[in-house]
This record gives sequence, structure tokens and C-alpha cells, in this order.
Amino acid sequence: MTRPYVLLALLVVALPAAAAAHKPSDSYLTLRLDGEAEGRWDIALRDLEHALGLDADHDGAITWGELRARHEAIAAYALARLEVARGKGVCTARTLEQLVDRHSDGAYSVLRFALDCPDDAGPWSVGYRLFFDLDPTHRGLLRIEGAGAAAVLSPERPTFELASPGGDVWRTLREYGREGVWHIWTGFDHLLFLLALLLPAVMRRRGGEWQAVERLPTALGEVARIVTAFTVAHSLTLSVAVLGWVALPTRWVEAAIAATVVLAAANNLRPFLPFRGWLVAFSLGLIHGFGFAGVLVDLGLPGKELAVALFGFNAGVELGQLALVTAFVPLAFLMRETWLYRRAVMGAGSFAVAAIALAWLVERGLGLGFMPF
Amino acid sequence: MHRSLLVLVLLASAGTVAAEPFVPADDAVVLERLPSAADPELRALRERLERQPDDLRLAVGLARRYLEIGRREGDPRWAGYAQAVLAPWWDRPLPPADVLLLRATLRQNRHDFDRALADLTLVLRMDPRHAQAWLTRALILQVRGDYGAAAESCLAFQRLRPSLLATACIAGVTSLSGGAEPAYRLLARAVGAAPPTTPDRSWALTTLAEIAERLGWTDLAERHYRDALAGERDVYLLAAYADFLLDAGRPGEVMELLDGESRADALLLRRALAARRLGLPEAADLVRDLEDRFAAARLRGERTHLGAESRFTLQLLGRPAAALELALENWRLQREPIDARRVLEAARAAGDAAAARPVLDQLAATRLEDARLEPLARRPEEQP
Repeated sequence: MTRPYVLLALLVVALPAAAAAHKPSDSYLTLRLDGEAEGRWDIALRDLEHALGLDADHDGAITWGELRARHEAIAAYALARLEVARGKGVCTARTLEQLVDRHSDGAYSVLRFALDCPDDAGPWSVGYRLFFDLDPTHRGLLRIEGAGAAAVLSPERPTFELASPGGDVWRTLREYGREGVWHIWTGFDHLLFLLALLLPAVMRRRGGEWQAVERLPTALGEVARIVTAFTVAHSLTLSVAVLGWVALPTRWVEAAIAATVVLAAANNLRPFLPFRGWLVAFSLGLIHGFGFAGVLVDLGLPGKELAVALFGFNAGVELGQLALVTAFVPLAFLMRETWLYRRAVMGAGSFAVAAIALAWLVERGLGLGFMPF
Repeated sequence: MHRSLLVLVLLASAGTVAAEPFVPADDAVVLERLPSAADPELRALRERLERQPDDLRLAVGLARRYLEIGRREGDPRWAGYAQAVLAPWWDRPLPPADVLLLRATLRQNRHDFDRALADLTLVLRMDPRHAQAWLTRALILQVRGDYGAAAESCLAFQRLRPSLLATACIAGVTSLSGGAEPAYRLLARAVGAAPPTTPDRSWALTTLAEIAERLGWTDLAERHYRDALAGERDVYLLAAYADFLLDAGRPGEVMELLDGESRADALLLRRALAARRLGLPEAADLVRDLEDRFAAARLRGERTHLGAESRFTLQLLGRPAAALELALENWRLQREPIDARRVLEAARAAGDAAAARPVLDQLAATRLEDARLEPLARRPEEQP
């Protein structure tokens, strides 16, 4: 008569210390949602035994034969409690194969299935309710491959929504655009190059000397040509590098970028390059694209939206440049007549830029690390 | 975003443990052993309940069976099954007393002590002579370090059911609050007088062993542990004896004791500790498994593992600061000597004497005698 609650008492005391007991019930659901939508679902045999009964001969052991005999029932039971939807349409699941796997706490039935979805665009959502009626402590561990998303599904939070990994163009544009802006703002070498190009934009070369440009539209036109040329050049080489058509060693590229800054700045002091403004921007700017490529590769590129990412990144760089331009050019135009501008800003400024770039060139070329930026 | 990352890492590491799925070679290959699947009585009960899910008596009976299986197999999913069976009554503020009691037990399992105690208070209000409720209440209060109230509950239980179990209850509480020697004598006499077939003898012996261990009487403690092992070897007993052996510097015996035990994380931890001390290659696998288990528990929002995780973090990962944080978090919920030990060990390793202060104050206030804590409680200057 004392047995029933005695056992409970033992349970009560036993469990606090041993409460870190055998793992609670989890299932592992992995979905791949780009391209062919597919899933893999690992469900513990213990749980299936409790829900459906697997041990046909009731001998306390579950054999492969017994499991195989229940495969259809398992697939039907599980897939009926999983709802994957895309956009406005609910997908139907189609069993591909059923296997077995061992996890740290026992054997699991592995269900591989394909998803046929009526909508081929739109955000994905997953609704999970396996075993919640039989075990409120059960959890579905969801992972979405390719999107790097994961979630723990529970009776309190049985759904999960994912922005479409392969179709949200705007989001990709925004993300990579942001990276582009950031990279140009923190890319001092690129900024100095641009600055070196812009310094003489409000001037004109006349008879071996710099003369102030008369009218604003002329200056603006020159700036526009320079900036556009730079953008086109680095966009070209960025795409070429990202697509893998040309691969240049990073150290060489970094050193070359420094060299372009030296050249552009030096050209301001003593024009020696055989071409003007925008051609300088274009020819030297080609190198900078290779520099950006390294950044993009580090960020990771989306498989299906490479073009969008590239476009976004370039647009971001362009926007970042524009910020510099709009800050600098009006000031430069206003000051172009002054001695301060001609000698100090253009002269000493270009000299300073050249000096910094030279130091970079040495540092990057020789693989040293003495520059603070 | 960070949760996502954590789940990913967890799943990735689960992936390494779970290699590629496979098709077994033969229909006869045994994939899993589940003794409960062979239980005809259990099946019959389930079928009957399925036909009448609102039958209270059936549901309570089945829930109790599930809990018993869960304890025996050390598998917490049975607690989930039990809760599901009680679903028709679970969310009511005032369910029937039997359901309340089971709900209190399940909440206690999850270390939801406040709600568990609230449920027990309701039960006792409805039925002040509900012996089980008094006992469960005593045990929860003991875990919380509220020894005065725990003693009252033990006495109430004893008045209703004088038994070896009641004596063990009183002795346990008394031994933690300054009366270790008299408690030992009381319980030793009771165990000696009880015939070998007395229910809960194993449990009483475990309690006796722990009291002896706290008094520093290691030979006696070992004798009682071994006697207890001759009876029912539940997870708690195995863990306690394993700790005794680890403290005694006998990791080899721990490996023997826990050989083949795959039930509980608590036992997995002790095996890992022993394996590490012996320099066994399997130590690395065990450590990895445990890391996964603790990460999974955090992800699920469970807080029942903090003490074990603290010990793991300190002794197997070598991170005293993190271990101290875990130990202190654990201490907020539980106040048993083992929980105090976690804080003191971590604080010592992390060189943070201030963190240990609240624990030391509590130990002084309750007049706990524990030979294992004394070296940790001494101030660093007093160390030999």
C-alpha cells in the first residue's frame, strides 16, 4: 500500500540531482529550400514507439524489419503534422526514402522527402506539431540549409518564417549596397585616389599650368566624368574578378592600388600622364575593382543573386563616392581661385597624398605593417 | 541571430555525432531496446485511456506508470508523456488532488519549485492528511535550503505514515541543519531494525551514506553505498557513489560502476570526469557529447542542469569564470550541499572570494556540517 507514493517520493528526490537526465525528446528537421525543395527529418524510435507502436512482437526490441513494416505509417503520421508553405500555397510532401541514423541518445528514423509547392515565389513558413499532443516537452530542431537559419519549435512557438532565400532581390540589393558604401568609406586608399582625382577637377590645364575653371557646370561635368569613369572601371574589374575570369594575388592588388594613388597625386603636381581627368580615373581605377572583389568574396556571395549583389555593391560604392564628391566639390569650386587652393590644397595636399600612398606602396609591396591605416 | 547561430552549431555538432544515415543490412538488426514496449499492462492501460481520455482514474494511473518508467530508465520524455496524459486537467487552477500532486511532481522535475510548492499547498488545503503531499513538500523545501519548514513537513508525514522513509526524511533534514551525528544514529538504528525487504531501504541507505560522507566517516559511507547498490541502483545513487569514488581518487572504479550506463547526463558527466582523470581516449567523446547536451538544454530553455554544467565547465573545460557564473545561477534555485560546493569550487578556481560569501553565510546560518566543504570554506590565508 505504501508503494505508489513511495515510488513517487523517490522520483521526486532522485530527479533533482539526476535531472540532467537522458536527453528529452527532440526531432531534427533539415530543409533545403533553394532549387529543389527537400527535407530530412530524424525522429527518435522511442517517440515513434510511443506514438505509433513499432514493436510488433512486443519483445522490447525494435528491429529494422519491424521499423520497415511501419514506414508508410510513420511517413503519413509525421508529414501530416508538418506544414511547409511558400507564398500563399501549401506544399505537399512526397516521401523519397527512409533510413536509420544513430544520435547520441539512440536510433532515429530518417525520413527524406521532397516538397512540391504551388507558388514558386514568396516567403517560406514552417508549421510543426509533431508529438506535441503526446509530449509537450518535445521540441523540433529546425535547420534551413543554404539560408543559415535555425529554430527550436515548441508548442508555444510552433511556426517559423523565413524570407525567401532565393528571391528577395530588394533585400540583397540593400545588404550589398550597404557593404559597398561601408567599404568605400573605410577604404582610405580608394578615397584618397578619388580625392587625388578630384583636386584638379575645378582646374584646367593651360599651357603647362593649372588655371581655375570659369563656370560651375564645367567643373561639375568634369567631376561627373571622373567619378563615372572610376565607377565603370572598378565595376568592370570587380565583376571580372568575382566571376573568376581573372584572379590576381591580393598583395599585388593592394600594392597596385597604392601605386595608382601615388600616380594620380603625383600627376597633380607635375602632369606626366599622357591623358586627362577621366581617362586617368578609368585606367587607374581598373585596379581598384580587384581590391573590392576580395571584400565581396569575404562577405559571401549568394548563389542565385550574384548579379544583384554585384550591382548593389557597385551602387553602394558609387553612393559612397557621391557623398565625398558632394562634400568636396562645392568647396573646391568656391576656393579654386585662391592661392590657398592652388598651392596649399592642390599642391601640398597632392604631395601629402602621394607621400601616404608611397608609404602604403612600400608597406604592401614588402609585406610590412607599419601604417596606422 | 545568436540563437540561430547556436542552434546551427549544435545541429552541426549533432551532425558529426550522427554520421550518415544508413540502411541496416538485415531485417533482424536490432535498432533500439525499449523494455517498456514489451509491457502488456502498459499497452492495455493506454488503450483504455485512449477510449476514455477524460477518465481521471485511468489518466492518473497511467501518468504514474509513465513517471515510474521515466525514473527507472532515466529518460525525461516520460515526464512529457505523463503531462500529456493529464492534459484535460493540466491548465485548471484547481484540478483534482491526484492531478495536482502529479503536476507538482512534474514541475518539481523542471525545477519550477515555486509553482510546485503552490500546487502542494493547494493539495494540503483540500486534504491536510495527504501524506504524499507532505513528503514531496519536505523534499522540495530541503532542496531549497528551507530546513525548518522541511522538518515540519517531514514530521507531518511521519505522523501520517510512520516508516523508514519518514525517518530518512527527518534524518536528512536534521543532518543538514547542525544535527548530523544524532541524525546518523537515528537513521542507522532504523535501517538496522528494518527487515531487508522494507521498501525504500535503498533510499534510506543512500541518505545514511550521504550523512556519513558529510561527517567525514568515509569507511562507513562506503559500506552504506555498497549496501544500497545491492538493492535498487537508481541514477541518484549511482551519481552519489561515483562522486564519493572521485573524491577518494578512485576513478577506475567509477568507470566500472558506470560501465554501460547511458541513461542520464548526470552519469555521463561522472564518466567523463573519471575518463579524463585516467587519461582515457574516450574522454574527448564524452566531453563533446556533454557539450551538446548542455547546449541543447539551454536552447530549450531548461535550467535543471546548471550545477552539472558548472562542474563540467570548471573541471572539463577549465573555465573558472564561466563555471562560477553557472554555479551562482544554480545557487539561486537550489541550496543543497552539492550546489554550495559548485559555487565554492568555482569561486576558488576563479580567485573570487567575494562570490563565495553568500554561500558561506548560508552554510554558517544553517550550521551545515560537510567535510567536503570545509577545505573550500577556509579562507585562502588559512590554507596549509
